[in-house]
Amino acid sequence: MNEILKYTLMIVIILFTLTTIAAWLIWLERRMLALWQDRYGPNRAGPFGLFIVVADTIKLFFKEDWIPPFAEKAVFVFAPAIVAAAVLLSFVVVPFAPDILVADLDIGLLFFLAMSSLGVYSIVLGGWASNNKYSLLGALRGASQMISYEVFMGLSLMGVVMLSGSFRLTDIVMAQKDFWFVVTQPVAFVLFLTAGIAETHRLPFDIPEAESELVAGFHSEYSGMKFGMFFIGEYLGIILISAMVVTIFFGGWLGPVLPPVVWFTLKTFVFIIFFILLRASLPRPRYDQLMEYGWKIILPIALLNLLVTGGFTLLKN
Amino acid sequence: MVRIYIDQKPYDVKPGKNLLETCLTLGLDLPYFCWHPAMGSVGACRQCAVKVFKDENDKAGRLVMACMEGVRDNMYLSVNDTVAHDFRSQNIEWLMSNHPHDCAVCDEGGSCHLQDMTVMTGHAYRRFRFPKRTYQNQYLGPFLHHEMNRCIQCYRCVRFYKDYAGGKDLDVFAAHNHVYFGREKDGVLENEFSGNLAEVCPTGVFTDKTLREHYTRKWDMTMAPSVCQHCSLGCNIIAGERYGALRQITNRFNGAVNGYFICDRGRYGYEFVNDPDRVRQPVIHAEKEGRNLFESLSGILTEGKLIGIGSPRASLEANFALRRLVGEENFYQGIPENEAELLRKILAIQHSGHVHTPSLKETEYADVTLVLGEDPTNSAPRLALALRQAVRTKPLEDIAGSNIPLWNDAAIREMIQDEKGELFMAYPVNTKLDEIASGALHAAPEDIARFGFAIAHFIDGHAPVPEGMEPQTLESARRVADLLEKAERPLIVSGTTLFNGDIIQAAYQIGQALEKGERKAALCFVLPECNSAGLALMQAPSLAMAMKAAETGKFATAVVLENDLYRRAERSEVDRFFSTFENCIVLDHLENDTARRATVLIPTATFAEGEGTLVNNEERAQRFFQVFMPKNEHIRESWRWLDEFRQFRDGSRPDELRELDNLLEELVSAMPQFKGAEMAAPLSDFRINGQRIPREPHRFSGRTAMLANVAVSEPKPPEDTDSPLSFTMEGYRGLPPAPLTPFYWSPGWNSGQSMHKYQSEAGGSLRGGDPGVRLSGDGVHFSNGLQGTIPSAFKRQDNEMALVPLPHIFGSDELSVRSSSVEGRSPRAYIALSSLDAERLHAAEGSILQMRIGGQVFDLPVTLKNELPEGLAGLPYNLPSMSGITWPAKGVLTNTAL
Amino acid sequence: MISLLRSIGLIFLHMFRKRETIQYPEEKVVLHPRWRGRIVLTRDPDGGERCVGCYLCAAACPVDCISLQATEDEHGRRYPAFFRINFSRCIFCGYCEEACPTYAIQLTPDFEMGEYNRQNLVYEKEDLLIDSQGKYPGYNYYKVAGLSAGVKGKGEGANEEPPVDIRSLIP
Repeated sequence: MNEILKYTLMIVIILFTLTTIAAWLIWLERRMLALWQDRYGPNRAGPFGLFIVVADTIKLFFKEDWIPPFAEKAVFVFAPAIVAAAVLLSFVVVPFAPDILVADLDIGLLFFLAMSSLGVYSIVLGGWASNNKYSLLGALRGASQMISYEVFMGLSLMGVVMLSGSFRLTDIVMAQKDFWFVVTQPVAFVLFLTAGIAETHRLPFDIPEAESELVAGFHSEYSGMKFGMFFIGEYLGIILISAMVVTIFFGGWLGPVLPPVVWFTLKTFVFIIFFILLRASLPRPRYDQLMEYGWKIILPIALLNLLVTGGFTLLKN
Repeated sequence: MVRIYIDQKPYDVKPGKNLLETCLTLGLDLPYFCWHPAMGSVGACRQCAVKVFKDENDKAGRLVMACMEGVRDNMYLSVNDTVAHDFRSQNIEWLMSNHPHDCAVCDEGGSCHLQDMTVMTGHAYRRFRFPKRTYQNQYLGPFLHHEMNRCIQCYRCVRFYKDYAGGKDLDVFAAHNHVYFGREKDGVLENEFSGNLAEVCPTGVFTDKTLREHYTRKWDMTMAPSVCQHCSLGCNIIAGERYGALRQITNRFNGAVNGYFICDRGRYGYEFVNDPDRVRQPVIHAEKEGRNLFESLSGILTEGKLIGIGSPRASLEANFALRRLVGEENFYQGIPENEAELLRKILAIQHSGHVHTPSLKETEYADVTLVLGEDPTNSAPRLALALRQAVRTKPLEDIAGSNIPLWNDAAIREMIQDEKGELFMAYPVNTKLDEIASGALHAAPEDIARFGFAIAHFIDGHAPVPEGMEPQTLESARRVADLLEKAERPLIVSGTTLFNGDIIQAAYQIGQALEKGERKAALCFVLPECNSAGLALMQAPSLAMAMKAAETGKFATAVVLENDLYRRAERSEVDRFFSTFENCIVLDHLENDTARRATVLIPTATFAEGEGTLVNNEERAQRFFQVFMPKNEHIRESWRWLDEFRQFRDGSRPDELRELDNLLEELVSAMPQFKGAEMAAPLSDFRINGQRIPREPHRFSGRTAMLANVAVSEPKPPEDTDSPLSFTMEGYRGLPPAPLTPFYWSPGWNSGQSMHKYQSEAGGSLRGGDPGVRLSGDGVHFSNGLQGTIPSAFKRQDNEMALVPLPHIFGSDELSVRSSSVEGRSPRAYIALSSLDAERLHAAEGSILQMRIGGQVFDLPVTLKNELPEGLAGLPYNLPSMSGITWPAKGVLTNTAL
Repeated sequence: MISLLRSIGLIFLHMFRKRETIQYPEEKVVLHPRWRGRIVLTRDPDGGERCVGCYLCAAACPVDCISLQATEDEHGRRYPAFFRINFSRCIFCGYCEEACPTYAIQLTPDFEMGEYNRQNLVYEKEDLLIDSQGKYPGYNYYKVAGLSAGVKGKGEGANEEPPVDIRSLIP
C-alpha cells in the first residue's frame, strides 16, 4: 500500500515537474536565443518575462480548435498525444537520483530506446492525417530520419553497455564512479548527442519541419492546443535527451557536496542550453546531406567504435 | 494596296492616305496635334515629322510632316530616325516653353493629348529660362471653361467650331506668337456642338465646366458604354461615375452613327441623374396604414385588371416587361394618338421597300438634301452637324480630278472656296441650317406638305399635283425636284416635329418618285424620343386609346412606366384618366406630376444605373450599359421591377428570367420585328480569356479609402449579372468588342485620341464593326397604309391662331432640361408671331399675350418672327412650363392688356 | 566541422556583447527627418492649403488608400472637399509624397498611431491638415502656376509676361 502511494506520488511529482520545466523552456529558449543575438527576448510579462509562458498557454487554449475538413479526424486528434506520451514514458527509467526514479528496469536502456522511437509515430500519423502535401513530406522525412539515426543511436550506446556490463541505468551511473564514460567513450558521446538532436528534431536537424521548405512540415495544419502538444513533446524530448546524456556519459547524479538531484539537474541544464546554442548557431543541412551523413559517416564510425571498445574489453579481461 | 517601308520593315497599306494616318493605322506611335481624323490635315503644329528617303540607298533623307505627305508605292521612311525624333522632341519643347505649370489643377490632366505627346517624344526638362506668355480668359457660358495660357496654337478649335460645326462666335485673334482663340468678347458660345471643343482641344484650353463642378480624373471614373437618351438619333456616349454620382459624358465613336462628335444636349444633359429630386425610395400613398411595399403591391397587383402605359423614353426591355405584366391587349403606348399615327406611318414607309433608311454617317455624304418640316438643329442636333458635312463634302467631288488629296484640308477648302452642296430647307421659321441652305421655304405645315407633293409631281408626272400653289413656290419646287432627280445620293429629311402626317406622306411620295430600280432615295426621319421607334414597333395603341379603354372602368390599376402623362395630354384629361383607377403604380426616376398621382411610386434606374436597349430613328438597336450600382437597392431597372411584379403576382418561378438576355430572347420570340436586338451587344456570359471587361481604368484609385468613412472593412464590389462588364478594375485589359468599350485608353495614349487604336484604320470603323444592329422589322404589318391625300392650303382663321411646335435643343427634352447647365441655356416660354399678327393684336416684341389652348391658358411674351405666315404662331415645344398641349394645336390669342 | 564549432563558439561569445534593442516606450527612438511615418497635409507660406486636389497621390498609392474630392473656391483655387487616408491600409511607401506636385502631402517622423479600433485609423482632412509648411518651406504652387486663383493675377508670376493684348498686332 505504502509502496503504491510512494510510486504514485513520485510519478505525479515527476510528471508535474517535467511538464512545468518543458513549458518554461519556451521562455528559456527565447531568452537564450535573444542573448546570443544581442537582444533581450521576452522581458515584459512578469519578472524577467517569465509569465510569457502563461500568456502563451492562454493564447494556445483560446485559439480556435480547428480541424481541417479534409483531415482524417480521429488520427489527426490522436497524433499529438503520442509524442508527449512516448517521451514521458521514457522518463520512467531515468534515474534522477538514487531514490528518485519510477522504475529501475534491468533493460532500462532498451526501454528508453524503444519508447523514444515510438515518438516518430506521432509525426508520421499527424503528417498523414493532415492530408496536406507539405505535412506528408514532413512526415516522410521524419520517418526516414528516425530510422537512420535510431540505428547508430543504439550502436553508440553499446560501448557503454559493454563497459558497464548492464542495461540498467543505475548500474551505468554507478559504473562511472571513477571516471565518466565521456572520457572512455568520447566518440560514442558525440554520436549519441548527434543522434539525440535528430531524435528530437531540433535544429539543425529539424528536417520534418523545415519551415523554409515545407511551411511547417508535419504540423502545418495544427493549431491551438494540439499544436501545443507537439510543442511540449519537443521540449520534453530535449529534457529527455539531455538527461540521458548526463546519465550515460556524465555520471548522472554523481557529484560532490551537493545533493544528487541537484547535480543531475545542473548537468542536464547545461545540455539543454547547449541544444539552444546549436539552434542559434547552426544552419539546417539539406535532407540528402543529412541522410548521407547518417548512413555513410556516422554508422561506420559507430560500428568502428563498437569494435574497438569490444576489442579493448576483451584484452582487458 | 501599296508597299511602303518604315524603318526598313515592309508594310502593305491603303493608298490615298497620308503618312500619319497610315502610321497610326499600323499601330505606330507618332505624335501629332493639329491633324484630326474628321477634319483632315493642315500641317500647323509641325509635330508629326518623319524622315522620307529618296530610295533604298538614300541615307540622308529629308524631314517631312507625315500628315502632309501621301503614301506612294515603294516609299522609304523612318519614324524612329534620330533627326526626326529630335525634331519632334524640340518641337514639343518649343510648344512647352509657354505652357504653364498647371497640370495639377488642369482638368485635362490624365486625359491630355499634350501630356501624352510630351512623354512620347521624351521631352522632360525645361531649358527655356525666359518668362511665359499669358492671356486673360473669357467667360464662355455654362458648358466650357477657358484657360488660354495652355494653348499650343494647333488651330483645332476654330477648325472644328467654325469650319466643321459652322459656329460664328469663336475665332482666332491677334497675331504672331500671341494668337488668341476665343470670342470677340465674353459671352456664351452659341454653337450647339461647342462641348466637343473639350475633346478636340489637345490640351486644357477648353474643358468641360460641368465636370469641373465635381471634378474627377479620367482614371478615377467608373465608365460604361452608353447611348444618349436625349433625342432619337441614339448617339453613342461614354458615361463616367465616381462616388455614386454621374460625372461626365464623352463621345463614344460609332462610325455609323455619331462618329467623333455629339451635341451639347447629349454631353451636358446628364445631370438629371444626380438630381436631388430623384425618386430614391418606394413611396406608398395608400389609405391602409402599416402595410409595407410588398403587402400593398400584392394587394394592388392581384385585385382587378391592370392597364400598362409604356414610354418612348424607357428601354425596349422595360416596355416589354410591362407588356408581359399587363398582357398584350392591356398594353398601351404612352404617347398621344397623333404622334402614334405619325410613327406608324414612318415605320410603314421605312419598311415599304421603296426608300432607303440612311445611317447618320450616310447622311454626311448626301449630295442633295431636302429638309421637309424639320429643324434638325433643335430636334436632332447631331443630324444638323451631319447635314453641314453633306454640304461641305459635296463640292469635293468636283475636285476629285485634281492632284490634291482630300485629306489636305486647308488646300481643298481653298480650292472649293464658297462652293456648297445643295440643301433645301422647308420649315415655318428660320433655322440655323438656313445659312448654308441653297434655298428655304417658310410656310405653314400644310403648305410644306403641298410643297413636297409638288416636288414629287415634278419628279414623277404620275404623282398628283397640288392645286392653287403660288407660281414662285412651284418654281422652287421644280428646281428642288430637278436637283433631286439628278442627284446621286439624294436625301430627304423629315420627321414628327411639326406633327403633320401630310409632310411625312409628301416625303414618302418624293422618295417613291425618286426610286429607280435598285437605287433608292434616302429618307431620314427624326422621331420624338430616344426609343420612339422601339415603342412604335411594339404596335400598341396610343394613350388616347388607353383613356378610352379606361372609361369603361374595367381596369382597377394603371401601371405607368417612366412617363409623365401630363406632358402627353391635357391636364384635365389626364386627371380624368387617373380618377378611373383605384390604384396607380408609377415607375420613374424623377419626381413629376404623374409621379405625384401614384398610389405606389417605384424608384427606377436612369440610363446610368441600368442596362437596356434603345431603337433609334433608323431602327438601330443599341445597348446601353449600367455605369454604376446605385447606392440604394430600391433603385432598379424598370424591367427588373416589372418582372418582379409579374413573378410576385403569378407566384415566384425562379427558373424564369433573371437576366436581361432572357428578357430580350423572349422579346424577340414574342415579336419577331425585334430580331437582332438581342445581338446589339455580347451576352452577359461573354468573357475574354475567362475575364470580364473592366469598367475602371487600371489606375483607378482610392478603392480602400472611398468607403472607409462608412466602414473601414472594404465591402465586396458589386457584381454585374446582366453584362460582361465588371464594376472593378480587374479584368481583360486588351481590346474589348466595340459595343463593350467602356473607355478609350492605350499605353501612352491616355486621352480620347487613343480612339484610333480601337479603329480598323485611323478614322475608320471600329474593329469588329460599329456597334448596333439594324432591326429587320420582319413580320410587321402596318395596317394604315402609305396612302395620303394632298391637304388644302393653309388659311388664316379669324378667331384663332394655328400653332406650330418649335423644339429647342436646350429645353424641349424632358430629362436634359433637369441639368442646371442645359436649363441655363433653355429659352423662357414665348409665342412667336409674324409682325402682321402682332400688329393686329397691338403687341410688340416682348409684350405679354394670353393664349388659350383648349382648357389651358398661358401668358406669353411675344417674339417676332416675320417669316411666319399670317395666322400661324409658334410655341416652344415641351418646355417644362408649357407641356401638355395636344399637337397640332389651335389657340385663341388675346391681348389682355387692352 | 571546425567551422561549425567555430560558429558555435562565436555565437556563444555574443552572450557578452551589448544589446541592440531599444527599450521603447521607456526609451524613445531618434528618427530621421525623412522618416516615412504619419502622413500630413501642409500649408503654403500664406497659410493656404497646399493641396490642390490633383489626385496624383491617390493614383500613385499602391494600396489605393487615399481618396479625395477636388472642389474650388470663388477665386478658382482648387482644394480638397474631403481628403481621406485609410491608415489601416497605408504601407508608408511615400509614393504619394513623391507624386505630389505642390509639396502638400508629406510623410513625417511619427509612427505612434496605434489604435484599438481599426475604424479610428481612417483619417479625414481635419486630422491630416497641419499648420505648417513641413519639409519644404517657401513653396506656393499658385505663385508659379499659370492660372489665376486669387493668389496672383494673370501675368503676375515671377516668370510671366503681362497678359497679351489681343487687339494688338505689334510683335
